[in-house]
Amino acid sequence: MLSFPVLAGVLNQGLVYSLMALGVFLTFRVLDFPDLSVDGSFPLGAAVSAKLIIEGYNPFVALTVAILAGVAAGSFTGFLNTKLKISSLLAGILTMTALYSVNLRIMGRANIPLLQEPTFLTILEQWAPFGQYLPLLAFSIVVIFCMAALNWFLRTEMGLALRATGDNPHMIRSLGVNTDFMKIYGLALSNGLVAFAGGLVAQYQGFADVGMGIGTIVAGLASVIIGEVILRPRFITGQILAAIVGSLIYRFVIFCALRLGFAPTDLKLVTAILVIGALAAPNLSRNKKQDRQAQNLQLEA
Amino acid sequence: MLELRDIRKTFNLGTPTPNPALRGISLRLKAGEFVTVIGSNGAGKSSLLNAIAGTFPIDNGQININGAEVTTWPEYKRANLIGRVFQDPMMGTAAAMTIEENLAMAIKRGEKRGLARGTNAQLRSKFKEYLGELGLGLENRLSDKVKLLSGGQRQSLALIMATMSRPKLLLLDEHTAALDPKTAEQVSQLTNTIVEQYGLTVLMITHNMEHALNTGTRTIMLHEGKIILDISGPQRADMTIADLLQEFSRVRGEQLVDDRLLLA
Repeated sequence: MLSFPVLAGVLNQGLVYSLMALGVFLTFRVLDFPDLSVDGSFPLGAAVSAKLIIEGYNPFVALTVAILAGVAAGSFTGFLNTKLKISSLLAGILTMTALYSVNLRIMGRANIPLLQEPTFLTILEQWAPFGQYLPLLAFSIVVIFCMAALNWFLRTEMGLALRATGDNPHMIRSLGVNTDFMKIYGLALSNGLVAFAGGLVAQYQGFADVGMGIGTIVAGLASVIIGEVILRPRFITGQILAAIVGSLIYRFVIFCALRLGFAPTDLKLVTAILVIGALAAPNLSRNKKQDRQAQNLQLEA
Repeated sequence: MLELRDIRKTFNLGTPTPNPALRGISLRLKAGEFVTVIGSNGAGKSSLLNAIAGTFPIDNGQININGAEVTTWPEYKRANLIGRVFQDPMMGTAAAMTIEENLAMAIKRGEKRGLARGTNAQLRSKFKEYLGELGLGLENRLSDKVKLLSGGQRQSLALIMATMSRPKLLLLDEHTAALDPKTAEQVSQLTNTIVEQYGLTVLMITHNMEHALNTGTRTIMLHEGKIILDISGPQRADMTIADLLQEFSRVRGEQLVDDRLLLA
């Protein structure tokens, strides 16, 4: 039932979307900033990447510009939040909404097919003819690189300041760090990663669609939370790894749901239920424990 | 070291309930002075420290620290000159980060934070040595997360972080008030040790009259946003807690008389 191409397809998706999960991890967990702009920056990356390719640009150039577009989108959300004092949730929603129109403008229509166009995969294929193994290999390398880079960055002087901005902004400000700047910086980095994932997805699956961003945030959150529930990471390296593992598991669950006969349109519901379950699980088990303790106390008394 | 000229701040200005917190405070601190600040609730003690630290902009006046006019500087920029410990032990440390990471962030106060490794073996041995000197039992827990520490340990760590880069000015806002008496005493001891060791200039708010007179070199009393008592030297040495309380009620009493006169 699980032939290599099928399994590889699931793994590829898990890997490429794990970059998006890393972005979500960076805002939700590290910065403690619930950033919803990723629902817009993911298709932004796809739109920029697809548009540049059909305009004849090199697919790698297209990916680079996609990252920069994501960085700009994240910075904009940060600007709304820190300089214009708009709440974090609303700032993200505003950026996301604005990006819908921006993405349509960039693409010029709702969908750009890339099936006849060169992508980074077709270029790599000329250099490294690994056939059906190529995407898996390429995505693995990209993900490992991003993982290592993020793990390194979050341990630098600046990375510590970024983490402290999410943990205790009061304290890190009293140590001379401009927390507004750190927030913008973190959001830019996060949305850059998300747009990169969007660009890669567009090139991998062969199209960019204006609606492909819907539910990105929930999928990213699902990955982060699933990873945390399973790995229970205590330190930053483990947390980064958890986001990746979570993304792989999430894609596998989605794949299973499809196999079980759910329609693709049901997947958002499946995802939402998954996130609710993962979020509720620790609380439910704690309540049970407390109930039991309460019962014991009553018995003793 | 610190010079305040006619600092004024009114909260809720332009609303039906304006709240004048600071009403013309002028103060000069020489380098190495350790000033204790007392006053009843709402006297403006914390507002004074917040105004100096730049938590909010002031309405009037000028603030100079170490010769630099910082009146318009944002909080994070002033933080390069000012170390600060708050009443709440949770405020001064990052809970989800390790002791070592917290210290590493503190030691970079006032310096540019780049892409060099935040912590390294050299820093670790430095922290270990320093924590060992202070005898807090934290030197072997460098890679523990701060949230695992007790309130007293967290406050001691916050104090160490506020002082380890030798700030020009140290602001202590009732930093032992939330601790149990024994731990409070330990943190007070640690404060004295560190201040003496580095020769820091300090403004310390306290509700403990005994501490106010026994700690430091000078005591000021605030009432309704003004400094109503400023003692140091022999005058302070001769003062007892009873004197202080008497002085306090005398000033308040006079105020009441004034009010009555005004209303009559």
